Formats: sequence, C-alpha cells, structure tokens
Amino acid sequence: MGKHMLKRIDLIFKNEHDTDAILQKIFKRSNEDLINDLIGSGLKGRGGAGFPTGLKWKLTSEAEGDEKYVICNADEGEPGTFKDREILSQVPHKVLTGMAACGRIIGAKKGFIYLRGEYNFLKPDLQKEIDNFHTTLKSLKSDFRIEIFSGSGAYICGEESSLMESMEGRRGEPRNKPPFPTEIGYLGKPTVINNVETLAHAWTIFKYGPKKFRDLGVQDSRGSKLFSVSGDTPVAGIYELELGMSLQDFVDDFGDGDTKAVQVGGAAGFCVPRKKFRETAIGYQGKLTGISLPTGGSMMLFNSSRSMYNVLKNYLEFFEEESCGQCTPCRVGCQQLLEGVEAVKRGDKPHHYLDKLMRLTETMKLTAKCGLGQSVANSFSSIVENFREEMIY
Amino acid sequence: MSKMVNLKINGIDVSVEAGTTILQAAEKLKIKIPVLCYHKDLCIAGNCRVCVVEVVGSRKLVAACATPVSEGLEIHTNSLMVRNARKDIIELLLSEHNADCTKCYRNGNCELQDLAAEYKITNQDFLDLAHGAYTIDDLSPSIIKDDSRCIRCQRCVRTCSEMQSVGALSVANKGSEMKISTFFDRPMREVVCTNCGQCVIHCPTGALIEKTYIERVWDAIADPNKHVVVQTAPAVRIGLGEELELDAGERVTGKMVSALKRLGFDSVLDTDFTADLTIMEEGTELLHRLKANLVEGDHSEPLPMTTSCSPGWVKFFEHTFPEMLDNMSTCKSPQQMFGSLAKTYYAKKIDVDPENIVSVSVMPCTAKKFEADRPEMRDSGYKDVDYVLTTRELAVMIMQAGIQFADLPDEKYDSIMGKSSGAAVIFGATGGVMEAALRTAYELVTGREVPFENLNIEPVRGLDGVREATVKIEDVLPDWKFLEGAELKCCVAHGLANARNVMEKVKNGEVDYHFIEIMACPGGCLGGGGQPIPTNDAIRQKRMKAIYDEDLSLAVRKSHENPEIVQIYKEFLGEPLGKQSHKLLHTEYFERQRY
Ligand code: SF4
Ligand code: SF4
Ligand code: SF4
Ligand code: SF4
Ligand code: FES
Repeated sequence: MGKHMLKRIDLIFKNEHDTDAILQKIFKRSNEDLINDLIGSGLKGRGGAGFPTGLKWKLTSEAEGDEKYVICNADEGEPGTFKDREILSQVPHKVLTGMAACGRIIGAKKGFIYLRGEYNFLKPDLQKEIDNFHTTLKSLKSDFRIEIFSGSGAYICGEESSLMESMEGRRGEPRNKPPFPTEIGYLGKPTVINNVETLAHAWTIFKYGPKKFRDLGVQDSRGSKLFSVSGDTPVAGIYELELGMSLQDFVDDFGDGDTKAVQVGGAAGFCVPRKKFRETAIGYQGKLTGISLPTGGSMMLFNSSRSMYNVLKNYLEFFEEESCGQCTPCRVGCQQLLEGVEAVKRGDKPHHYLDKLMRLTETMKLTAKCGLGQSVANSFSSIVENFREEMIY
Repeated sequence: MSKMVNLKINGIDVSVEAGTTILQAAEKLKIKIPVLCYHKDLCIAGNCRVCVVEVVGSRKLVAACATPVSEGLEIHTNSLMVRNARKDIIELLLSEHNADCTKCYRNGNCELQDLAAEYKITNQDFLDLAHGAYTIDDLSPSIIKDDSRCIRCQRCVRTCSEMQSVGALSVANKGSEMKISTFFDRPMREVVCTNCGQCVIHCPTGALIEKTYIERVWDAIADPNKHVVVQTAPAVRIGLGEELELDAGERVTGKMVSALKRLGFDSVLDTDFTADLTIMEEGTELLHRLKANLVEGDHSEPLPMTTSCSPGWVKFFEHTFPEMLDNMSTCKSPQQMFGSLAKTYYAKKIDVDPENIVSVSVMPCTAKKFEADRPEMRDSGYKDVDYVLTTRELAVMIMQAGIQFADLPDEKYDSIMGKSSGAAVIFGATGGVMEAALRTAYELVTGREVPFENLNIEPVRGLDGVREATVKIEDVLPDWKFLEGAELKCCVAHGLANARNVMEKVKNGEVDYHFIEIMACPGGCLGGGGQPIPTNDAIRQKRMKAIYDEDLSLAVRKSHENPEIVQIYKEFLGEPLGKQSHKLLHTEYFERQRY
C-alpha cells in the first residue's frame, strides 16, 4: 500500500546554478564513491523499464572496451508527455553534469544527446549551454565532450537499441538482447544510455547525497519523479511527485471529481479502474510494494464521458503504426488486436473473441522482440478486463 | 580453445563453446527448432520469432537463433507454452499472407508452408489481413517480387546488402505498412539490382521468384516450324538432381541430356563448349593486354583484366565502377557466345534458317535472363538467346513431362557444339575460369602444362571469399619473350561484397593483379541464384566436389585441346580475337545509375 499523502517535491526544476562547484565536487571523489552513492540512493531509470542506474554505470565501467559512450535519451515520444523537453530547456546543466559524471566513471570521452526531431528548436540554446559546459570541463582537465544528435522521429527510436541503430545510420529497429548496451552499445562499445530525467536525478544525488533521495518514496521505488498529467483534469501539467503514492491520492488531487479510470504509463501502460484506485500504488514493481505500476511519467485521467473502447482503439491505432514492424508478434499482433476489437464492436466476431485476443496479448508479451511489442498487452488487457461491456456494446 | 559452457536442453546435458546460440546447441543434440528468418549464410535477425524457446527462470520466451548460451541454462524447446506461442506466430504470419498455395510458384518447397503443415494450422481464427492491396512487380526479366507472399523476414535484405553489398532491397515504412522495398519503390528492373537472384534462393517463401519462361519454351517445342536448341551450363548438371530428389552433389550430366531429349528439344548442346571458347578468347585477350601494357606501353586496354562471364557481376560493375569499365574483358559470357553461334555457325552447319531457330539455355543463374535481354546481345542478327531457364525451371519441366529422372539412362550431348573439356566444367565453381585460363595461357606461352599436380591449381579453389595465386612464367617460347620470368598475379573473388572489396583495392592502387576472376554468387555458379533451394555452404561444398570430380574424369582437360574448338576456329572464326570472333563473341559495357 502506498502512503496516504501525496507529496509534491521540487528538486528537478529548482534553479540551482552552481554547476562548477558540483562538478568540482564530483571530480574530486573516487568513481567507487560516486557509484556507491547512486546505488545507495536507489535511483532506477526513469524511462519506464526501471533498471537500477548505479548498477548500469557500474557494469559499464567494468566492461572491457577501448572506447565507451554516454548517451542521453531525449527522444521523448510518448503522446502527451513533454517533461524531458522542460528539463532540457530549464535545467540543462543538470543533465550535462550527470553525463559528465557518468563519462568520468565509466571512462567515456564522448557523450551524445539524442534529441527528438521535434525538439530541434531547443538546439541553439542547448548548444550554447554545452559550449559553456565544455569550458568548465576543460578547467577541470576533463576532455569529455558532448554532442547533439538529431533523431528522425520514430517512436521506436526511444527504445535504446533502436536509438543506437539510428545513430549508426541504420533503420531504427531494436537489436537482439543480450548483448546489452553496457557491453556492446553504440558502435559496438560499452555504452550507458539514460533518459534525460534519470541524469537530472543523478545530479540531485551528487549534490545532496544519496540519503535525501532515498528518503523519498517507498521500498523498491525511491525518490521523486516527474509526471505529465493530462486528460480529464482541471490541472494538466508537469509535476514532481514522490514515488509510491496511491492512485486514490493522485486522483483526489488531480481528478475532476468524476474520474472513472487512470491510464498509468501512457499507451504502453496500464489502465486502472476506479475500484482499484486505493490498492494501486505508482512506482516500480517490487516484492514489498503490493500492486505497483511503473510509469515513464504519463498519467492520463478519464471521466465518465469517455468511451473506453475509443481509448483502447486510439492506443491500438498508435501501436499499429509505431511498431517498427520487424517482428511478427508485434507487427501482426497489433493489427489483429485493432481489427479484432473493431470486429467485436461491429458484431462480426462473437464476444468471446475478446478472450482469444487476450491470449494473443500473452503471446505478444512472451515473444515480441522489444518492450514495445511486449507492452501492448498492458493497455489491452487492463482495458478489456475492466471495461469489457464497453468493448462490446 | 574457447571456454566451454554447460547447459540442459529438454533435460539433456550438453556442453558447447561460449558464444554458441541456443539454436546451434540444440542442433548438436539433433533437436530441431523451427526457423524462418534465420539462414546459415546470413547474419542473425531474430525477427520472425518462430524459434522461441523457454528458458527456465525467465519471464519471457527467447529467440533460439539470436540468444547465446550461458552456463547452467535450462531450456525447453517443446513445452506447452512454446508450442502455443509458436502456433500463434505462424497463424499471425498466415493471417497477413496471401496463402493461396495452389497458385504459388513455391508450392511444395516453401518454409512457411512446411511450418503450417507441421503445426497443422487448420483453424481460421484470426482475421484475414491480406487485403490484396499489393502489386506484383514482374517487370524485371529475371525476378518477380510479390509482396503479398512476403513474411518480412528480411532474409533478402540481408542477402542483398551483406552478402552482395548491393543494397537494392531495404525495409520501408513501419508498423502494419512495413515492407521490403527498393529505392523510391521503383520496379526492380530500374534499380541497382544485379539480378543475381541470391535474394531468391534465400527467400523462404514465394515472395521473390525467378521470372519463368517455361510456357514459352513448351510453346516453341510444340511448334513444328521451329528448331529448338538447348544449351546447359556447367553448374546445372551438378544441381539439377537435388530438385529431382537425388542427393546434393550428384552428377547427373547423362540423365539430364536424356531428359532434355525426351522433353523434345531438337538438339541438346553444351554451354561448356563455349566455356572452352571463352578461355581461348579471354586467355588470348589477357596475353594481348599484357603485351600491350608491358611491352608497348599502351594502356588503352588496362590491367588488371577482370572476367566478364557472370552477368550479375557485369551489371554490378557498370553501376559501381563505371570509371573502370575498360578493365573488364570484352568477352561475352559462354551463354551469349553460344547464342550468337547458334544462329550463325550452327544454323549454317545444319542448314536451317536462323529465323526458325529458337535458342534456349538452362542456367544456374537468374541474371542470365537479364543478360539475354541486353540489347547488345543480337550479334547474330536475331536475339541470340531467346529464353533462359533456371536449373529449377528445368526440373519443373521434367516433372511436368512425367519423366522418372532417377531411372533415366545416360545419354551424350549432340554434336557440333556439344563437346567440351574439363576446363569448361570447372567454370561452375569459383576459380574455375581462372584455372581454365591458366591451363591454356601457360601452355600457349611456354609450350608446357601448368606446373601443378594433375593440372589442379589448388590455390584458386575453395570457398574462401577472396583467393590469390601467383604463377611464375619461365622458359617461354620465342614469341612470348617479354613474359620471361614474369609473375602472373591472379585473384579470385566471389560474392559481390568480396568483389567490391577487391575492386576498391585495385582502384586505390593497393594491389597489382594482372587477372581477376569474379563471380557474383557465393561459390560461383554452383551457388547461383537459379540453383535448387536451399543452398548453403554445406551444399555448395558437395556441388563443388562434384564439379572437380567431373573435370578429373574427362579425357580432354584443356580448352585448346577440345577438337570442336579447333574445328570452329579453322572453319568459321579464324583466330581468337580475330575479326569474326570480335563481331560475334565480344561486347561492350555501359555506365548505369546508382540507385
Ligand atoms: S516488438 Fe514491435 S517494435 Fe519491438 S522489435 Fe518487434 S516489431 Fe519492432
Ligand atoms: S509462399 Fe508458401 S505459404 Fe505462401 S502461398 Fe506460396 S507456398 Fe503457400
Ligand atoms: S537479385 Fe541480387 S542484387 Fe538484385 S535484389 Fe536480389 S540479391 Fe540484390
Ligand atoms: S521477400 Fe522473402 S526473404 Fe524478403 S522479407 Fe519477404 S519473405 Fe523474407
Ligand atoms: S528464426 Fe529465430 S527469430 Fe526468426
């Protein structure tokens, strides 16, 4: 069970412009210390998958390679989210600092910001920021350099291995794993790839120490996180909240009084109906957290005016288009799910065809090559399970 | 010695080298895991997902073809979970597929069909997504692309870009629209495609097939006014058996000839004859170029000289290295030499109006269809070669005719252009042209046989992508004084990716070869795009052995000793590179666009 109070935090956007001091502090400490801080803080990747950040850096620092890379994933493609954009325009130095620290720790000389094509307008300011940052680095005798790479704008390029494929000039399609980027990443070299928010949190941890971060949140889900709140809410926007809150608390604060469901984690996430608000917490799945839903940050509220059939159809249309198309379960599965629910709605297929589709989502979850195809199952099964009548009548 | 890893598959212990995939480990235990996007020749894609297996302790299934083993792994290849998932995947593929097998060229030899049969896919549960909004591209003279039969395994894409470095095929669009496409979706005949057909033999389904001319050949045979002659390439006789239920690597020359006669061809002749002729012309051209360059300082026909008998290679060269076109031998390929002689020399000999001759060839190659269509290939005054059939198409005709191939007696080729030497036979393997040319050129220059045991020039044989050989020339005949002590540097490359590498080096002056043999297909014609499916390295090996065995079995093993060759020069052609030869046996090349 989550806590019964929703704590708003102000760490990420708090304007603290002491880059030089923090960098100096970081560069004075040993790599081991820094990694221990990260691990001790409990920070997990804020992209949604939730891999422990400290461990990722540690693995990459131990991996063998003459060259290594740090990539900041700024390919924010989830519909309705723009928190990374805000971070990059308001507090870019925090992200750059996170990258430089990572570079020092793993032994990389080069970092990239993979910037979503739609965010190209950020480039001039960001470049200025990077130039200044390089000067600071030079004074610290660091030759770490950061470059901006403009992405081509496919949703799948947010997936780390597709992102690297696209950086290497190929079509953005997920790679087979293992090997993981920590061993064989960009150009075949060990690579840390973190999203924008994760790197900004690393800054907080290096500045305030692991305890301040760890004290936020609950077991297995430490720290704060940015949420993009949208849908039927009077207060849409970006909020930094403590992890582990219950969905009921969230709806109390952000709903419009008539919330019937919340989609946690966007199209790839789970839809929670009103009757489960209380027992559902927002955070990473863990042994001690009960029903806990991970999220990249997107929270979408639906009130009783919404047709959940349309909601699901929108998601499926999105996936049917954004699947990279390379693997069978995802490419064909998405089409079958979409056309399948349409057929049931029209009456061309019997109600129990929905069960067949539910089984199909199982297969997709088990066999799809990457997280995209695997997670289509989430929104599908949670919506069909909880709003079955709306799918049929 | 690399590290060994222990694991369990279906309860059986196995120990394999680190880096092995689950698929390979299972193979070692003779446990079959179905595959579709996987092909032994190609890099791993892991995208069809039919090879999924269960790893104990993992929440997801993993692709056996793409997952390396690790210590202590416990795998189930046949659990309920695995079977259900696989069945779903096959059904999904079929739901997107124009699965009208009875109207499909690959009916009976299709990996998707086999899987559907194995898993007994009989239900019609999923919705039919094959909306029929596909166009079939059949404008190329060699290859038909039918997207409605495509399962998006990307084997063709990997073949074309990795093995051939052509990149004519690529993946376009995403999601449900994802498909295999060409530059701006232009028809295959308008892009850099070399027609090599490697994508065809690597495609598991009927999405890429050769353009077939079977019906036209049947029509010609049935026409009493036509004299239909057929020529068969060196590599057909060692591949054909595989299509007709014999083992890979069985030599079926005699049966093939007898089958062709029973099909009703008026004359069954041998492309090997013109392979010998190619050696005469190309060997002489090489010596001529050496003389011009080394003695006279005339670089208008530069060195190194590259072979020109592989039409896929020729077209690749025209697209890729237009500035070096003069390096290509001007000799036509044996097929086209045969074509122009069939409607001149041969027609005269048998006293038939060339107008009424239909010249058919059976080739291990799809690019030969394109080559026969080149506008320059009309030196006889007619289309030199009317129809080109692949090894596979000939097998189809034999089956259609109800011929029991395995029981056929051996028969001999007809005469006039039916005799050949062992040198011609080895044209079917990479390095063969080089070896054959050296056998003749060396003897021409020194009066002695090439100094290799049994005439077998081993350094140019084998399946390595690029091979080199140096032949030292000593004690030459007086006419060839300028070659005394020279070292003839030769290079053999097969597969267009290897060809590109070699030619880049030539272009940058990093190597100083005199003579380069290039075959577009891996293994040369024996692995050609028109050969039986499947083709992989193990099968190539067997076909290669068959070819070298055939060479050894022949009495005449040097082109210039073929009596019919001696005769044609005496009666008709005059001498190699002479006026008549030039008109009928040589050609020219053109720069082509690069998309
Ligand atoms: S799951 Fe979807 S997005 Fe991922 S590899 Fe497969 S087709 Fe591409
Ligand atoms: S490609 Fe295979 S499965 Fe498809 S129609 Fe042809 S034979 Fe049948
Ligand atoms: S025929 Fe050869 S060149 Fe043409 S698409 Fe196929 S593999 Fe590529
Ligand atoms: S054309 Fe053939 S090889 Fe290429 S993707 Fe389609 S099915 Fe696979
Ligand atoms: S054969 Fe393994 S994924 Fe296709």
